[in-house]
Amino acid sequence: MFRQTFKVTAMNLRNISSRKGASSIVVVGIAGVVAVVVALLSMSEGIKTALQETSHPNRVLVMRSGTADEITGWLSVAEVNVLRGVDGIGTVSGELVVVVDLVTRETGRPGVAVARGVEAAALEIRPELKLLAGRWFQSGRNELVVGVNAGDTYAGLDLGRRVSFRNRSWDVVGRFDAAGRAHDSEIWMDLPTAQAAFRRDGVVSNARALLDADSDAAAVSARIGQEPRLRADLVSERNFYARQSQASTGMLESFAYLIGAIMGLGAVVAAVNTMYSSVGARSVEIGTLRSLGFSNVPVVVSVMVEASLLALVGGLLGGAAVYLLYDGFTSSTLSVGSMSQIGFEFAVTPRLLLIGLTSALLVGMIGGLLPALRAARLPVVAALRSG
Amino acid sequence: MSELIRCANVCKDYVRGAESIRVLRNVDLSVEDGAFVALMGPSGSGKTTLLNLIGGLDSPTSGEIEVDGLRLDAVSARCLARWRAGSVGFVFQFYNLMPVLTAERNVELPLLLTGLSRSERRRNAALALDIVGLVDRGRHKPGELSGGQQQRVAIARALVSDPRLLVCDEPTGDLDRETADEILALLQTLNRDLGKTIVMVTHDPRAADHAVVTLHMDKGKLVAPVHRADAGSEDARSVA
Repeated sequence: MFRQTFKVTAMNLRNISSRKGASSIVVVGIAGVVAVVVALLSMSEGIKTALQETSHPNRVLVMRSGTADEITGWLSVAEVNVLRGVDGIGTVSGELVVVVDLVTRETGRPGVAVARGVEAAALEIRPELKLLAGRWFQSGRNELVVGVNAGDTYAGLDLGRRVSFRNRSWDVVGRFDAAGRAHDSEIWMDLPTAQAAFRRDGVVSNARALLDADSDAAAVSARIGQEPRLRADLVSERNFYARQSQASTGMLESFAYLIGAIMGLGAVVAAVNTMYSSVGARSVEIGTLRSLGFSNVPVVVSVMVEASLLALVGGLLGGAAVYLLYDGFTSSTLSVGSMSQIGFEFAVTPRLLLIGLTSALLVGMIGGLLPALRAARLPVVAALRSG
Repeated sequence: MSELIRCANVCKDYVRGAESIRVLRNVDLSVEDGAFVALMGPSGSGKTTLLNLIGGLDSPTSGEIEVDGLRLDAVSARCLARWRAGSVGFVFQFYNLMPVLTAERNVELPLLLTGLSRSERRRNAALALDIVGLVDRGRHKPGELSGGQQQRVAIARALVSDPRLLVCDEPTGDLDRETADEILALLQTLNRDLGKTIVMVTHDPRAADHAVVTLHMDKGKLVAPVHRADAGSEDARSVA
């Protein structure tokens, strides 16, 4: 059985060149499905990477109980000082996270950027941050240091320029690189200056802290819970950004799969039509083989293999196109957590390519199934007569 | 000679929509082993249908068909396929060769269903091509061969598993007169020298002249056989 299946399948595959037109419809259709799905998922993957790479295993956020993002939470400066005394907590930076209205370079339309007022300890907590140009802001002055993505995304954030918001003029004195992480899309300033500008005296959004090397996050979290002067929760950066990325990418992924399903349905119809015409073109061949004594199995397998192979070629083409066009491509999107722009790189990972190829194969196999069954059920005499 | 084919009261109906059309009406036929029978008749008379039933490609609506001791009307489709692989060779009007395969590989196809090794299959295919006079064309694909040569390859494919019965559906219908005569002469040789039983459907009286017995069909029934006395063999009495 294996020998006859192999022979019939090989014969069929060698014959594909005589059905180039119809076969290319399947290939192009499936390539389109894979390209769209993988492109959307690579966007989601890029956003996840940008957010999750920001995390550090020993770094935590201490946020007002019940708040899920940095914008809406608040802690008093007094609470931050209490936090500094909690056993297991190392360096602490009280941070004010707000949004500012700027103009986007690409569209010239108003956009929303995240501004972060920080203490000097913020840099100690985030050693990955590198000053690329200029200098860090000075305390008490209306000075900004902008992340690379923020500088590229918003107009007026070039080094040496002056930009206005909150009824103040701000000098851009530096540009920093957060190694592709979420902070790259932020504008940083001195915490007291930010508190004054945004009328949040005595208040921060949350505190970012480094745990002592030998301390356990769960134990520290328990101690914070037991401290009556603190109404706050400890969240590891990893969990915080995982939550943020889920909020930002969940909808995108659902959209990717929905679009993929709709396009996939179209590709299945195209594949069914193509494979029906392939079976039609091969009916005399099928009838002849059956008359010689070949069973249905090689016929079914040959049709399924043809459909799967065409789908695989389509999947590879679609995946390769997305990889070449989009992998590493930098863009930005609205972060659900902060309602601000977040920069990211499309990431066409092997996992996404595998998803694309699996989807392609699925479309091919579904598309090949009905025609394969039809070929198998075709009476020998009818098949021979169809020539 | 022993009886190779026996049809008893065979009927065949085709259903088209709500309509049932009787194509064969109570056909009785007996063909002895080693006979060369031509089936003639107008279009729609049922000759190809009868040929398909004898070749195990189709099943009768009623009646019995026995070939080489096997009741074809009483076995499963899988069993019929196995029987076709070993007991009957088919020759079609349009050759029905696989265009992507060389002549050798086309001839070898039926042997893929046997337990023969690759070298045995290739040796038998070469032998079959030698019988039809095309051993030097083994590496050619059908598109590189003339119509007559393609039909010879098809005959070699029908012969390669050494079946007792060859069923030929208009084997010369697509060939010019001269080439048709060569093919018919080849079939005669296979019948006389190798003892193959041949049942051949044809519209062409000159093609039928190469057979020993000519059967006529009309409106789904067999009419009296015509025996060719000049066939010069006892096969002239092999059809009843």
